[in-house]
Formats: sequence, structure tokens, C-alpha cells
Amino acid sequence: MRLLPTLGLLALLAGPAAAVQPDEILDDPALESRARELSKVLRCPVCQGENIDDSNASVSRDLRLLVRERLKAGDSDGAVLDYITDRYGEYVLFEPDNRGANLVLWLIGPAVALVALGGGLLYMRRKRPEVADLTPEEEAALQELLKKTDA
Amino acid sequence: MFAELGHFALILAFGVAIVQSVVPQIGAARGWRGWMALAQPAATAQFGLIAISFAALTWAFMTSDFSVKLVWENSHTDKPMLYKVSGVWGNHEGSMLLWVLILALFGAAAAWFGGALPARLRARVIAIQGMIGATFLGFILFTSNPFARLATPPFNGQDLNPLLQDPGLAFHPPFLYLGYVGLSMAFSFAVAALIEGRVDAAWARWVRPWTLAAWVFLTIGIALGSWWAYYELGWGGFWFWDPVENASFMPWLLAAALLHSAIVVEKREALKSWTILLSIMAFGFSLIGTFIVRSGVITSVHSFASDPSRGIFILVILAFFVGGALTLYAARAGAMQARGVFSMVSRESALVVNNILLAVSALVVFVGTIWPLVAEAALGRKLSVGAPFFEKAFTPFMIVLAVMLPIGAMLAWKRAHPGRVLKVLAVPAVLALALAGLAWSVGTGRSLVAPVAVGLGAWLAFGALADLASRTNGRAGRLFRLPGADWGKAVAHSGLGVAFIGIGLLTAWQQEVIKVVDIGESFEIGGYTVTLDAVDQVQGPNYTSTRATMTYARDGVVQATLYPEKRIYPVQAMPTTEAAIDSRPLRDVYLVIGDPQEGGGWAVRAYLKPFAMWIWTGCGLMALGGLISLTDRRLRVAAGARRAAARPQPAE
Repeated sequence: MRLLPTLGLLALLAGPAAAVQPDEILDDPALESRARELSKVLRCPVCQGENIDDSNASVSRDLRLLVRERLKAGDSDGAVLDYITDRYGEYVLFEPDNRGANLVLWLIGPAVALVALGGGLLYMRRKRPEVADLTPEEEAALQELLKKTDA
Repeated sequence: MFAELGHFALILAFGVAIVQSVVPQIGAARGWRGWMALAQPAATAQFGLIAISFAALTWAFMTSDFSVKLVWENSHTDKPMLYKVSGVWGNHEGSMLLWVLILALFGAAAAWFGGALPARLRARVIAIQGMIGATFLGFILFTSNPFARLATPPFNGQDLNPLLQDPGLAFHPPFLYLGYVGLSMAFSFAVAALIEGRVDAAWARWVRPWTLAAWVFLTIGIALGSWWAYYELGWGGFWFWDPVENASFMPWLLAAALLHSAIVVEKREALKSWTILLSIMAFGFSLIGTFIVRSGVITSVHSFASDPSRGIFILVILAFFVGGALTLYAARAGAMQARGVFSMVSRESALVVNNILLAVSALVVFVGTIWPLVAEAALGRKLSVGAPFFEKAFTPFMIVLAVMLPIGAMLAWKRAHPGRVLKVLAVPAVLALALAGLAWSVGTGRSLVAPVAVGLGAWLAFGALADLASRTNGRAGRLFRLPGADWGKAVAHSGLGVAFIGIGLLTAWQQEVIKVVDIGESFEIGGYTVTLDAVDQVQGPNYTSTRATMTYARDGVVQATLYPEKRIYPVQAMPTTEAAIDSRPLRDVYLVIGDPQEGGGWAVRAYLKPFAMWIWTGCGLMALGGLISLTDRRLRVAAGARRAAARPQPAE
């Protein structure tokens, strides 16, 4: 009879939910897969960097249900995200938009890569002091030495 | 008693570290041999003292001495011994102690094995290593004393976070720290070289094995962490682009760049000042990582505010070392004369491209990681940067890297003839395209991820093999006489390819079923029939568990019986999910038991994860490649040859 108290404890500790629950899943597989894709870009507002699909928090369950509700009401993906960011703020979007200063975030990688490649090209085209090639005698002496170290 | 001894030894180590950082440095500047010679015994003594201190703390954990506050906060008498020991570094204070222990170990290693180094360079390297040690010992002693006592010892402790009670995570921090701290050697060598004003092939021959070892440890540490996330967190995610993960990934990328550019310095005496800069930045990012993890500033602004002294202390250390080293760099880098010249198409320029791609991708990760902080502080916008951003912004660089890698790896030094290389690589290219086509048709055009990843992965792996084969000139016997560095390169590069395939196919093809099932009921996932046979309550050493018995079958033939669990650790009042995984070469079956449902039955999750093990096999191959390369006799012969030369020959 240990099962009952443990189950009670479990219900107490685990709280309402762990990640996506069977009762949340929509009957329409197309809508459901859109919901899952949207869930990946929505951040659980109270956890440490989890998306709402992976999160056990009850607010994430609310958000998951909200996403599905909007999808069933016929919203487009963008409209669902707008609806949620209007209410929960920019913070819940895992992929920051590319407006304003956020452009820096998106462009810094390609920009620095281009500058570095350009810099590298200039560096290689720069005139450098020519290093004199070895004379035939030096070359022969070198080969002799190399043979010795190999043996 | 032992705790006080440990504390005392730590204070002594602090004193020794200060002496170690000052006296040999002055000795090297003035040419006083006696002062320089102090470096070796000081490094050994510092390591010994910290080891005593670490042993004292470990003893307190093993004997569950709850009069020590840290033990009370992180341990419990019922905890298995493995986790009592790993509990030493499963918390802030203890992990910092492990950090300085490993730092002192590297400093001592330079003292013990650095006999072949020029005396002045060695004294300077050990002094700088001592300086890093002194600042972190000060940090521990003044802000995070692990030996603080409780006036009235409680009867039992508060237990370690159950998520950390796992073999994968027990060894994750030590490996990660070996990697982070291993990069301090490259840093110390770089700063010493800047002070000396001299970088040559011998210098690179020393820096490269240390960097390679650090990179191998980082690879293992990161792979262990991601493997742990895969089986422990309950849905099989393996990488989340979390700030703490990024903190370990940035030094990994830069260390990878550094160990490639050190090759150019060693073989061709070019890219010297860039290699110095990379050495500084790689360790700088290790310190940034330590700051991010230890201050908690990015995961949550609040945890930083709760104890700002720690975060600010590390920030000051970071500013001192990175700022100081960069200032020195600005002043002295001009003295590093590159001697090797190379043409546009050559191994050197291919490695330059490698370095640009790795460094820029590290920059993308860095900017993405700190952007929320910048946006909040400067623009007042509270926003998040997560996995979807990193996947889009980071992946393109890796794709370019993978396309170019097999070609660049085969180009000749100085001036290459691409025609020959392309002839050898024609077979790998055809194979890669064929496999990509196969992935495309199997995946029935679901997404481009699978064929691209398979094509690139195969291109990397077969390209590495073709490179190895081409070095034998058609005689198979020569294969086993190739130097360790060649083998290491081939194994590590093909490991990257294997990891590419694993990541791509797992991401593109995984299947998932979430549903309520009654005991005895079956359901289908990707051609397998999964049955929930029973659910039992099981008592563990320090937890109770709800354990399901599930079998899965294909065409009526039972493949395996799995026991997913849901555990509750009463002391921490925390549930954990223990997924049950049947790993096979081509796919994992991943089962999770959820909560009992009100109308009867249990919530169950089942995942089919194709090629999951390829990810960690690939990481393992990369680490193995690094190890093989470390065994290259050229690294040892070069070091030993000069030691023999330095020793005066006795008269007969």
C-alpha cells in the first residue's frame, strides 16, 4: 500500500504538468505540427532558457494551449507570434526580430567574416622581402642532414 | 580539524603563488639564475598545497562532516559515495577549488616537463601561471571560502541537486575545467613570448600539444554534458545554446582555431602574431565562460545581484589578464616577424580561412550570448536570443567550413597545385553526393537538413580517408608507419563528419509519440510496437521511483525491454526523469514514463531518434584524433633531442 502516498507526493511535487501533455495535442496533425514549430521559438517566461515545449512550468502549458487556440481560430503563424508577444513581451521570442539594433546581431558574423577575408587577401598581396632560395649546395647539405635525422 | 588544515594549506598556496608570480619574473628580466630557478619548486609547492586543500574538502564530503557549511548544503548521508565525491565540485566554492587545482597542476607540469625550454621562457611561463593562480586563490579565499564552518552542525545535509547525481555529470566538470584551464598554458606562453619578444617554431612546438590536450579535454567535457542532457532531461535534446553551454563552446572553437594556426607557426613560421592573439583570446573566453557561469549574470540578472562581489571579482580578473595581455600585444606584436611566405592557394591560406571561420563563428556565439544583456542595458529591451537564432546564424559558417576542409587539408604548404588535390578528392565527392541523394530520397524531401548534413559529413569522412590513402603512395604497408599527426588529423576530421551526420539526421528525422496508455496497451512509432507492461514503485538509496516496464517489438519480435523511471528525491523534493534508451547503431528508441492520468492510464512519451549515437561517436573520434596526434613522436623527439643536447657529455 505504498503506492497511494507516493502517488500523492508525486502529484504534489510534479505540479500540473511535465512538458507537452497528451491532452494538449490537437487532432489535426497539420495544425499540431505547426504548433510544435511555433513552440520551439517561444521561451518559457519563468524558466532558464527552455522553450515552452520542453518546460514543465504551468505558464508554459498555458502558452502551449494559447498557441493551439489561436491556430484553431485560423491565425497564421506570424499572427500567433504577434498575438503572444503583444501580451508577454519580446522576451518570449527565442529568435529576436531583425528590427533596429537587432540588425547588429544578425549582421556581425557575415560582416566580420568579409572584413577578415578582405584583410587576409590584402595581407597576402602585400609586398614582402623576398627570401632568397637555397643554393644547390645548401639544398644538398640540407637533404644530407634530413637523411641523418630520419635514420 | 581537516577542514582547517585545508583552509590553511589554501592560504599558504596563495602566498606561494604570489612569490611564484613575482620572483621568477624579476629573475628572468635581470638574468638572475637563482631567482628564475625558484619557479620550479614554487610551482610544485603550490600544486601540493592546493592538493592538500582539495583532499581535505573531499574528506569532509566523504565523511559527511556537516559542520562544514558547504558539505551541509550539498551532501547527505544516504547519497552514494560516487556522488559524495562529485559533490565536491557540484557547487560554486568546490568547483573553483577544482579550477585552481587544475591550474596549479598545469603550472607544475611546465615545471616538471619543461626542462628543454629556454630557462628564461620557462621562468616567465611559470610566473604568469602563478599570477593567474594567485588571483583565483584570492577570489576563493576572499569571496567563496569552501571551508566555512557552521556553529551548530545539523544532523543531516540538504543533498546534492538530483539532476547532478549522475555518472555523466559527475565527470563533466573536471574534463571541462581541464580544458578551460589547459588553455591558460597557451596564454602564459603567449604572454611570455610577448615579453621576450620572440616567437619561433620551438615555441609553437610547445604551445601546440598543450592546446591540443586542452581541446581534447574540452571536447570530452562538452560531449559528456550534451550526452547527459540527452538522456537525463527527458526529451532527448542534446544542445540548447544555453549561455552556460555557449560559455564552453566559445573556448572550444577558439582552441580549435589556435591548434591549427600553431601548426603554421611550427612548420612555416608565419601567422605568428595572429597565433599569439588567438592564445590570449582562447583563454580570455575561458575566463569569460567562468564569469558567465559563476556570476549567473546572463542566465538571470537576479542571481548576479544576489552576490555581486563574486561576479565583479571575476570581472576584474578578466579585465586584468585580457586587458593586460592585449595591451602588451599592441605594444610588442610588431616584433614578431613572420618569415614564411605563401601563395594564395596553399595549406597556409587554407588554415587562415579555417581560422577566420572558427573565430567568426565564436564571435557569433559570443554576440548572441551577451546580446540580451546589451539590449537590456543599452536599449531597455528585454529580449531573448535562443536556439532558433544560433541555428540560423551559426550553421552557415560550419557548412562553409565543412565544404572547404577536405580540400584545404590536402593542399601543399607554400604553393599548392589544386588540380592534384581535386583528383584525389573526386571519389569522396561522388560518394558524398550519392549518400546525400540517398538521404534525400529516404527522407522523401521532408527537409534539406538531412541530405546536406549527410553529404557534408560523408565528404568530411571520406575526404579524410582519401587524404590518408594518398599519403601511402599506393602501398598499404606505409599506412601504419605514417606519423601520429597524420592519423590524428584523419580521425579527428572524420569524427567531425560523423557528428555532422548524427546531428543532421537526428534533427531532421526524429519521430515522437505522446499519449495516454493503459497497462497492457500498445502503440506504434515508426514501425515499432511499444507496449506498457507494468508500472511499479521501487525504492532507491536516496529516492523513490515510479518504474515502468515497457517492451518494443518489430513485426512481432520483441527487440528489448526497457525500464523508464520517474524518480523523486525527498530531501530536495525534486522529481527527475530517467529515460530508458535502447541505443543501436542506426537509431535509438527513447522511452519516458510521465504522470498517472485522472481517467486511468499513464502519460507516455516515445521517441525514435535516428543516428543519435553518431553525435557522441563523432565527438569521441575528434577527441581520439587529438590524442593520437599527441602521441606523434615528432613532438617528443624534438623536445628530447634538445634536452640531450643541453646536457654536457661526460668524458669517457
